[in-house]
Amino acid sequence: MSKTIASINEKIANGTVVVVTAEEIIDLVAEKGLKKAAEEVDVVTTGTFGPMCSSGAYLNIGHSKPRIKLGGGRTTLNGVPAHTGLAAVDLYIGATAIPDEDPRNSAGVGDFAYGGGHVIEDLVAGKDVKLVASAYGTDCYPRRKLETWINIKDINEAVLFNPRNAYQNYNCAVNLSDKVIHTYMGTLKPRLGNANYCSAGQLSPLLNDPLYKTIGLGTRLFFGGGVGYVVWHGTQHNPGVKRGDNGVPRVPAGTLALLGDIKQMKREWLLGASFQGYGATLTVGVGIPIPILNEDICRHTAVRDSELFAPIVDYSSTYPERKPDTLGEVSYAQLKTGQITVNGQAVPTAPLSSYSKALEIAAQLKDWIKTGRFLLTQPVAGLPGADSGYAFRPLAEKAIV
Amino acid sequence: MHFPRRLINQPIVCGLVKSFGLEFNILKASVTPKEEGLMVLELSGGEDSLDGGLAYLRKAGVQVQPLSQDIVRDDTRCTHCGACTSACPAGALEMDRNTMKVIFDNEKCIACELCIKACPTRAMELNF
Repeated sequence: MSKTIASINEKIANGTVVVVTAEEIIDLVAEKGLKKAAEEVDVVTTGTFGPMCSSGAYLNIGHSKPRIKLGGGRTTLNGVPAHTGLAAVDLYIGATAIPDEDPRNSAGVGDFAYGGGHVIEDLVAGKDVKLVASAYGTDCYPRRKLETWINIKDINEAVLFNPRNAYQNYNCAVNLSDKVIHTYMGTLKPRLGNANYCSAGQLSPLLNDPLYKTIGLGTRLFFGGGVGYVVWHGTQHNPGVKRGDNGVPRVPAGTLALLGDIKQMKREWLLGASFQGYGATLTVGVGIPIPILNEDICRHTAVRDSELFAPIVDYSSTYPERKPDTLGEVSYAQLKTGQITVNGQAVPTAPLSSYSKALEIAAQLKDWIKTGRFLLTQPVAGLPGADSGYAFRPLAEKAIV
Repeated sequence: MHFPRRLINQPIVCGLVKSFGLEFNILKASVTPKEEGLMVLELSGGEDSLDGGLAYLRKAGVQVQPLSQDIVRDDTRCTHCGACTSACPAGALEMDRNTMKVIFDNEKCIACELCIKACPTRAMELNF
């Protein structure tokens, strides 16, 4: 009998669903064989927990008396500028926004100790956040100044809306130059002093559904400790890249735009982060269930770190200059040993994405499904696929005369 | 010891030996041109010489801080990502390859503080 989302949801409802994590499915397929594993297992849960810069939250703070129109004015949250190009009391706070007074990199390598990601963390943690606004005043919105504490439990909506999360594969970053460089991939020591990578590998959502056979628009997921949805393909979605025989991209490829109610989320899974010399961001926890509808889908979820490869990219020149060359490929199994070889040189590795927390997310999602608290959704549309022709294009600059 | 940029080219540590007769053992040194320098020293000598040596360092503009000031980890902020492990020169922060969690061995920590800014969530703190 072939499974459907509806038949799996029936099993979730009556407590007979079989759920395993993307780590557990590997051994299960090896032990029982693909056919039997695909029959027995209903859902495989994935997880990832790493810094994701294209994240942010929109808020509706409610109307003051008299009314103020923040739109077109200026608003800060704990000193961090929020985007006000929306209706009267709607705001968007982006993860990488930083206070005007922050020295950035002007006085040596910047700290970026507090930014939009930290504001979102403070909101999730239930802390009061200081809102300071100035507006131009209209007949219907006469007020020009507003200073108040806001709290997530009092405001109308607080929605995490991240245009690009859960990158399908990522670069392994190194530094070929003679000086230390500070990047969004961490601090990279000169002359191949270290290598940083950022993917949950065999636990990562899109590496377990490489051809987007189950994940699509409307897919319900674990998002920052609460529940969220895939609402679009992410920005820079690039499905047409080089793939291995297992269908898995060998370079950064697919991405997801995700949305969910912050009021249900937990600080543990939504932490502000600072990258020295680079900026502020948000560490986001995402976990996606993959319904095992057939053997093919099951085979993809059984992928292991030794079969997943990241390109090694020089961040001192190749990346900033947008050159295409790489220094080779390395498997996530090798990266996880703590050392790789680049240009014949032994290089120590460090992850930026937490494997152990990704595993906790997959386990938590598994528990939600097993206890009937989380039902699967049927996507209403697919993501642009490998053969769709959809591609991530560079900027073609045009001179302004 | 933290050296401001302007002191990088001066023979500061030499003065500890010449003027105060102190013996030193360099545990860690990171002094690069155009950047702040950091050095972890074990000093031995008489109490007066030590006090004099420390006063000399402070007067010269070196920020001195005893190693007993500990680095601690805020476990509510640590995500066990592993970013700190490439910054730690003492092997005090290492990945357990089985659990992929970061082990922090305080005994090995030389309080160089490099982990503080290497940690994206700023989970490592200096405890005075």
